[in-house]
Amino acid sequence: MEFAELIKTPRVDGVVLHRPFMPTVEGTLCLTGHHLILSSRQDNTEELWLLHANIDSTEKRFVGSLGTIIVKCKDLRVIQLDIPGMEECLNIASSIEALSTLDSVSLMYPFFYRPLFEVIEDGWQSFAPEESFRDLESMTDEWRLSEVNKDFSVCPSYPSLLTVPKDIDDESLCKAASFRHGGRFPVLSYYHKKNGMVMMRAAQPLTGTNGRRCKEDEKLINATLCAGKRGYIIDTRTIAVAQQAKARGGGFEQEANYPQWRRIHKAIERSNVLQDSLIKLVEACNDQSHSMDRWLSKLEASNWQSNVKEILTTACLAAQCIDREGASVLVHGTEGTDSTLQVTSLAQIILDPACRTIRGFEALIEREWLQAGHPFHQRCAQSAYSNGKPRSEAPVFLLFLDCVWQILRQFPCSFQFNENLLIMLFEHAYTSQFGTFLGNCVAERGKLQLSQKTVSLWSWVNRPQELERFLNPLYEPNNLVIWPSVAPQSLLLWEGVFLRWNRSTKCLDEAYQEMVHIIEYNKELQNKVNSLRRQLAQLETEDKMVADLK
Amino acid sequence: MEHIITPKVEYVKLLNRYPEKKSVLGTLYLTATHLIYVEQTNNTRKETWVLHHHIMSVEKLPLTASGCPLLIRCKTFQLLHLLFQRERDCQDVYQSLLRLFQPVKEEELYAFLYNPHQNEEDRRQGWEFINVANDFSRMGLSNDYWEISHLNKNYEICSTYPSILGLPKNVSVATVTGSAKFRSRGRLPVLSYFHKDTKAAICRCSQPLSGLTSRCVEDEQMLQAISQANSNCPFIYVVDTRPKLNAMANRAAGKGYENEDNYSNIRFQFQGIENIHVMRNSLQKLLEVCSMKSPSMSDYLTGLENSGWLRHIKSVMDAGVFLAKAVCEERASVLVHCSDGWDRTAQVCSLSCILLDPYYRTIKGLMVLIEKEWISFGHKFSHRCGHLDTDPKEVSPVFTQFLECVWQLSEQFPCVFEFNERYLIEIHNQVYACQYGNFIGNCQKERLEMRLHEKTFSLWPHLLKNQHLYRNPLYRRSLECTVLRPSTLPLHFKFWCGMYNYYDRGMHPKQSVLDQLLSLTQKQVEGERTMTELQRVRGVVGVVDFVRVERYLTDMTLSPSHPFTAAGCCRWKRASQTLRFQITLLELNPPSSKSRGIHFLPNGISITLS
Repeated sequence: MEFAELIKTPRVDGVVLHRPFMPTVEGTLCLTGHHLILSSRQDNTEELWLLHANIDSTEKRFVGSLGTIIVKCKDLRVIQLDIPGMEECLNIASSIEALSTLDSVSLMYPFFYRPLFEVIEDGWQSFAPEESFRDLESMTDEWRLSEVNKDFSVCPSYPSLLTVPKDIDDESLCKAASFRHGGRFPVLSYYHKKNGMVMMRAAQPLTGTNGRRCKEDEKLINATLCAGKRGYIIDTRTIAVAQQAKARGGGFEQEANYPQWRRIHKAIERSNVLQDSLIKLVEACNDQSHSMDRWLSKLEASNWQSNVKEILTTACLAAQCIDREGASVLVHGTEGTDSTLQVTSLAQIILDPACRTIRGFEALIEREWLQAGHPFHQRCAQSAYSNGKPRSEAPVFLLFLDCVWQILRQFPCSFQFNENLLIMLFEHAYTSQFGTFLGNCVAERGKLQLSQKTVSLWSWVNRPQELERFLNPLYEPNNLVIWPSVAPQSLLLWEGVFLRWNRSTKCLDEAYQEMVHIIEYNKELQNKVNSLRRQLAQLETEDKMVADLK
Repeated sequence: MEHIITPKVEYVKLLNRYPEKKSVLGTLYLTATHLIYVEQTNNTRKETWVLHHHIMSVEKLPLTASGCPLLIRCKTFQLLHLLFQRERDCQDVYQSLLRLFQPVKEEELYAFLYNPHQNEEDRRQGWEFINVANDFSRMGLSNDYWEISHLNKNYEICSTYPSILGLPKNVSVATVTGSAKFRSRGRLPVLSYFHKDTKAAICRCSQPLSGLTSRCVEDEQMLQAISQANSNCPFIYVVDTRPKLNAMANRAAGKGYENEDNYSNIRFQFQGIENIHVMRNSLQKLLEVCSMKSPSMSDYLTGLENSGWLRHIKSVMDAGVFLAKAVCEERASVLVHCSDGWDRTAQVCSLSCILLDPYYRTIKGLMVLIEKEWISFGHKFSHRCGHLDTDPKEVSPVFTQFLECVWQLSEQFPCVFEFNERYLIEIHNQVYACQYGNFIGNCQKERLEMRLHEKTFSLWPHLLKNQHLYRNPLYRRSLECTVLRPSTLPLHFKFWCGMYNYYDRGMHPKQSVLDQLLSLTQKQVEGERTMTELQRVRGVVGVVDFVRVERYLTDMTLSPSHPFTAAGCCRWKRASQTLRFQITLLELNPPSSKSRGIHFLPNGISITLS
């Protein structure tokens, strides 16, 4: 298919662009296969380059022959285009509509994008599972890397290499996989160096209504416990939801069959509920006519902040079991690809200082989200403005980023990266020129040949020029476990994402610059002082030598 | 002291809000001024001091199996939940506190006992440090439009106003006295702030005694005079900060609001800020939310909404923004009132001053503003804060709301305030502490009669002395000349956790950017000082780099009072004795002068003393 077929009017002059808190721009609107471009063709005026894939929904209005298209983007921005001429406007609107809803992944921009920078380190190779296993090996010899899933037949959503207990053979793994939803048998998520406790993740066991059990599954998870030790199974669902799952063949671990494990139920919402929550929140944030009472009541009704609190609370619980109780943990919900990953990845940020560096955080996302099979393509197909019937969209990853932001806000000096990195990841998870977040799992990415045909996000982010923007000037490595507060007063609305387009950031940017300035200036000053001291010390010794010679 | 039934109780438990954390046993002491709780565990001793004046209420809760609980709520939003083993002790402490935290007479207030070891001269200077008259001169008074008047020097025209007033130039005494008679409690329209750039003024007063039909020629003349003092705008705004319904109800009682038909060229406007009773109840609801034990997000947000607190904060902010806009954009003068003109009017006038004038955003400027708009204009601190055991219906967090509005602004404009959040919280605590005399009494006349300036000390010098704690490291003077235009969309107002949950440290960020930056700026000052000195030394040494000292100049003596030693030039310890003397000599005798006993050989090898 040619994109040209979809572009009825490639160019319109005299289009006016309105954006909140920015001057309007008048210029020429161009449609290309992947971009909507508005340029005033004057120097020093900003051009708008918008990926069609970033468009969540559009609305059109007419006043006489002047048409207006309101474009609502997945990054939550809303812009308005005034287009003279009814026909032009209709053409543009229908082209945008068609181009922003292309079904085929291989038509996506990442397959067409050619980087304007030299790829120094190929991000596709930056985080190989073998490498993290080598780190593990240096700490313990109780685990092995299994190739049981090398053709993705045991578990289609898992990567080909998995870390499992050394004493469990591949045959047992296959049996355990048949007992878990989607074949997601328990695998290692995190090894806590401090006390040797581990966190594993899986999908729900398929106990069904008649209480099926699986010896291999029991053996597998027991293999991770030292003699006499107990562990915790954290089920991210409420007991009621878990009970209901039995009717559909799912269920939860019967304590009788897992006597060494204590099961705890938490209440993280299912993904379809989360999507609704995002839509309500964004709607509340965008309506500026609210009274205070209406705003607070809509914020409450959106349940977004409740979701943040619940996810963080569960992550803290998992971290607490490991660090404070000295117990190992198994986390799962239903499919093990959403709430499970939120919990395991956040627990690692709390426990492991390495995850708070840029590199470590990237590795975490690679390990716990991309390779662990979070279905990015499905979850991020639409964002808060979608008016179509929801399929499997859900802001699972955005909620994770929000939780990281909450921890970052409470520990502003313990992270090597700043808020910009989190916002950038949010944007790229929904639309990107890079292939990193395409597909739903490792197997799919292999089929799409992403590593050959597209550029990795990490190739770009890890360039020194780009990294600078994401560095936290306050960072001082902190080797401690960081326990965030989950009191409602401690959890704020993430303005950087949700109010980003509804406020002027001039004053906040100035404050940030001023902070950077203070820190930089201080470093410079200390360097100068030190070098002067050295010079003087040298003069002093010369003096002494002269004196000694006398 | 006679009120203290029992000065010390042992084995008292201080319960905290988080059930998972263990509470330990401690000892409770009652002194004349403080309640002190001491927790002694192994090697750590933790003391909690609570000033009696900070206590808002003491409540005995029903007996439980583990003991007899006593709940102490503080005006600083601290909550102490004590558990006594014996009922008797609980009762004694309860009885003592009841009497201690609500003194009956002014002389019992802490300020009359407190002595910061200053002499009378320091005390006098302390009280003169902030002078409202100076602020009038700063605004450019007296000028062609406004003058400073002493008509109220004996508080005869208005007993709750200050002795000096800013009035339109050439307004007659008859107009002034006539207008005062037509205003509730004699609080006639006077100048609050004069905006030099636009010549627009903010004036304040109380509601007119207009009833349904009354009018007053002098009052009309007064407003006319205010209008004429600003040639840039043909009208003035008259802003009634109350909700329209409340203002209308007042008409029936012979008070009310200005009838636009009677006054020439006024534009009348209601603002809808609620009265002190609504605000008091709202704060109480807010505090209930703050002290909930592990609330869900939904409980918290619903509670926040139902308290109405942020709605009220927004209404104050909206009114302040309205005033600032009128002055700087329409160049119009504004007359503001509420009922008596000492609560909402003070909030709105002072807030608009902060929006308009960067001076009030400095550490000293805020003191001046509080002194001017609140203390001297008769905001009834004694009543509103409940310093004494008086009518609880008079208590209201009006001043707290003003501080919160400033905080909300500082969240939107992080670089325009010289002070940080702690300054606002410290002022808030001091208002209730009654340790200094500033916030005792209800108006200037009362304070004079209490002879506060002789018997107590002023807070301001104390705050200034500690100003390093209150600095905002991000403050940029270069931004200071701008008028602030905050957003008043509901979503830009935040809950002030730092104030209302101040004592729940667990809720606050565990690492403070403010502390980090404050210590960096401190380091910066030190670094710069070291650097200048090192550079000077290097410069000097650079000159004599080729000079080798022939012999130690140990026999050279400098008297301790010598300017060089006094200046403490040699802060770096590692610099050698030799180097120090070299510099000393060179400082005293630049290399060019060979006359003063120091001799440089041409090859630069030796220096000798004559």
